[in-house]
Amino acid sequence: MATVAAPPRGANLIGLAKADYKGLESTLCNGCGHDSISSQIINACYELGIKPEGLVKFSGIGCSSKSPAYFMSRSFGFNALHGRMPSIATGALIANHTLQGIGVSGDGDTGSIGIGQFKHLLRRNLRMVYIVENNGVYGLTKGQFSATADVGQELKYAGRNDLLPIDLCLEAIASGCGFVARSFAGDPKQVVPLIKAALSHRGTAVLDIISPCVTFNNRDESTKSYSWGRAHDERINDFTYVASQDEITVDYEPGEVKEVTMHDGAKIVLKKLDNSHDPTDKLAALRLLEEAREKQQFITGLIYVNSQSQSLAEQQRLGEAPLSRLPEATIRPSPESLVKIIESMR
Amino acid sequence: MALAEAHAAPAAERPPVVNDFSITVATKNGSGSQTANTALLRALFKMGIPVSGKNLFPSNIQGQPTWYTIRLSRDGFVARRPRAEIVVAMNLATAIEDHTTVEPGGVFMYADEIKIPLNRADLSYYPIPAKKLATENESDPKLRAYVANMVYVGALAHLLGINLDELESALMFHFRGKRKPVDINMKVVRLAAEWAAANLAKTDPFRVERMTATDEMMMIDGNTAAALGAIYGGVTFASWYPITPATSLADALNEYLPQLRIDPETKAPTYAIIQAEDELAALGMVIGAGWAGARSMTSTSGPGISLMTEFVGLGYFAEIPAVIWDVQRMGPSTGLPTRVSQGDIIAAYWAGHGDSKHVCLLPGSVYECFEFGWRAFDLAERLQTPVFVLSDLDLGMNQWMTKPFDYPDQPMDRGKVLSAQDVDRLGGFARYKDVDGDGIGWRTLPGTDHPLAAYFTRGTGHNERAGYSERPDDWEKNMARLARKLETARRLVPRPAEDRVAGAEVALIGFGSTEPAIEEARVRLKKQGLQASYLRLRALPLADSVKDFVAAHQRVYVVEMNAEGQMCQLLRLHALEHATRLIPCNYSDGLPLTARWITEAILEKER
Repeated sequence: MATVAAPPRGANLIGLAKADYKGLESTLCNGCGHDSISSQIINACYELGIKPEGLVKFSGIGCSSKSPAYFMSRSFGFNALHGRMPSIATGALIANHTLQGIGVSGDGDTGSIGIGQFKHLLRRNLRMVYIVENNGVYGLTKGQFSATADVGQELKYAGRNDLLPIDLCLEAIASGCGFVARSFAGDPKQVVPLIKAALSHRGTAVLDIISPCVTFNNRDESTKSYSWGRAHDERINDFTYVASQDEITVDYEPGEVKEVTMHDGAKIVLKKLDNSHDPTDKLAALRLLEEAREKQQFITGLIYVNSQSQSLAEQQRLGEAPLSRLPEATIRPSPESLVKIIESMR
Repeated sequence: MALAEAHAAPAAERPPVVNDFSITVATKNGSGSQTANTALLRALFKMGIPVSGKNLFPSNIQGQPTWYTIRLSRDGFVARRPRAEIVVAMNLATAIEDHTTVEPGGVFMYADEIKIPLNRADLSYYPIPAKKLATENESDPKLRAYVANMVYVGALAHLLGINLDELESALMFHFRGKRKPVDINMKVVRLAAEWAAANLAKTDPFRVERMTATDEMMMIDGNTAAALGAIYGGVTFASWYPITPATSLADALNEYLPQLRIDPETKAPTYAIIQAEDELAALGMVIGAGWAGARSMTSTSGPGISLMTEFVGLGYFAEIPAVIWDVQRMGPSTGLPTRVSQGDIIAAYWAGHGDSKHVCLLPGSVYECFEFGWRAFDLAERLQTPVFVLSDLDLGMNQWMTKPFDYPDQPMDRGKVLSAQDVDRLGGFARYKDVDGDGIGWRTLPGTDHPLAAYFTRGTGHNERAGYSERPDDWEKNMARLARKLETARRLVPRPAEDRVAGAEVALIGFGSTEPAIEEARVRLKKQGLQASYLRLRALPLADSVKDFVAAHQRVYVVEMNAEGQMCQLLRLHALEHATRLIPCNYSDGLPLTARWITEAILEKER
């Protein structure tokens, strides 16, 4: 392979520049929340020094699912079918469990057509980061309500929504997901460390990121709009992600800090805020979400984390070498073994 | 126990009928009769007699009528026969009808609690005390119903001369060498045989004799053969969802992979199997794994194929290897889940949306289930496309004798894959460029360690460099290349098996599990003065040589198990100039095809 002679200016841990993490130019609407999230994925991976060739991008169908083309062109990407990203990712990341996966889906792709695959992905606990770019509306088909739209919301084309929204974080926790966070595309300072921490999780990490649709769902009264998000964003915790090789240098006061050690040795250092939410407490996480719904609060931050869960690759007892790279001698049993089977069937 | 003296015995001086008759056992499903029936079948096989066994069963767990029919044929014909010489009635609910189906001069053996009018003077009647012997000799009430079936096994063994040692080793096979259940069952078999010796006077001419015709053979069901073929083909990832009649294929993977594919050093499995939440997810995982470079497969039946269709289209257009076993059952909709059909030909060949044509392999025997089991991966990876293997319930779930499987005679063909070194040497690559003129591009696998190795995979329009494109010329070019790829596939898939009879005006075309019925029908037709050529299709797309075969005959009967003549329609499109020579011969009642039906259907049309 080609070697890089000297690290470029602004090189990260592995000698790559930010430009090495870039994707194609976005074709989404100007100001789309999804583009902001793509930028934060680039920032997180660049800052962590993740090798693009060791990461795979997945998506389903929809505006959100176009976005993997707009970050990290040096990573393989698979734009799957509507709602079917989880199964494609499961096959690919079990065939090669040495790869890291980032999936980008939307609220329609995850909450409606893909809710079954979403929940079964979490049940299996495939190691990947699952980002929902949640804007409460179908964009590419011009503004229908999605399953995360609020009751009573009115939209220009779709009229009034009378159905209860699906809370994807609640669904995730109920399905056994060990890393559940909510954030806001307008808050990159929170999104970046969440993505970093999610990449350290050894199972599926769900990030439900409210990502305003500037064309179809950005009126001030919409809970999926920029102005609503900025005015109502209530952080449940401030936290810092500390990669395993880094020293913890956080200026939080002792006593207000909680540390969560991830499987790869990285640490999440949380500063508890007023509500004192303990994200390692599953029941507390469920209560928090339910109360926030009742009070119409837009809470963001790390809602639930359980760093001990076993990933699908571990359940499958996979060895070190990826299945996809095993040589013929390993995957075709011997002629003698066939003779034995034939003898047993005489 | 008194003899069945009340019933007229047929002439005992009839010449013996040796190794050439059928036995049908009528039971209730879930009663454990499968053990008895497959033990009988394998014991006969072990005696060197050509046999076939077919389970004709309902979609039900327990209590509904089910039949198992065994054919012994010293001439080696293994197709189902519509009626049996020996009928064993263990189910009161069907006993009256079962009684009427016995071939003239045959045998009606029945559980003695069944009271129906036994009024056929041509039959030999043998009542057997199945319940009594089972109750007296098995203390565990849960097992009594099961071992009751061993009473007819023992009685038949005595009357026909089936070797008890061979029955015992057949049970050893069935219980995978576990002594205890073998002993429990053999005890009842021996008691029943002794009871029959003491209490039944043989008045029928049927008996078995040891032969050597199966000495070199093995006996296996098609689904297990398929799983073994896949394992010797290096299957590394499998995902599936339970569905009759494909479930036992995944079961066989689950049984044999842990025996055959554990890394001896690390003790880690060299495979992964995931039971999916539905067929959509099953094929999604398979395509994900195939994209990542693993040999990956799923197994399903018709309803599963419809759920997989969107992914099949994606796999075709994104050009990802995958192997899909369709063990066909009767449709439409959920149809008759436990009845056989060849009804998915068109659905599989054209599965997808927009223009797509898929490679479909058509195994005609359990031997080919094994062979196509491994070959399918070579084709899928060479052609970078989903490959169907169209088996069916009869082939997949029933036991068939076969010559021993041959170990793959060539190394794996992993297709066109570029390494990091290749990408470096080439200075990049274009994923969908037809570099070699065969319509197949070169691919890289995720994780290939080079900055220029990655590409973006999508089902939507793309150009040669895998970039998103809605340009008309890109689309047309891509579709033209996929058409070239289909022509490459046409040259690579298994050739049809041809048997041309010089000067014959009539020919038969068939495929799949109907092979034995067609071969036997040809012999019958020949006896009637009709010599017919025969071509057995082994794959789609259809070979060019099929056109010549059609052109060489005046009337070509296409024998298939569906109501619409699906293969006949594909053949007519393929051999358009001679389309009128192709005559559909459609059979569709849910049961395996018989030679009698084919013979009569063709003679009728020839009249």
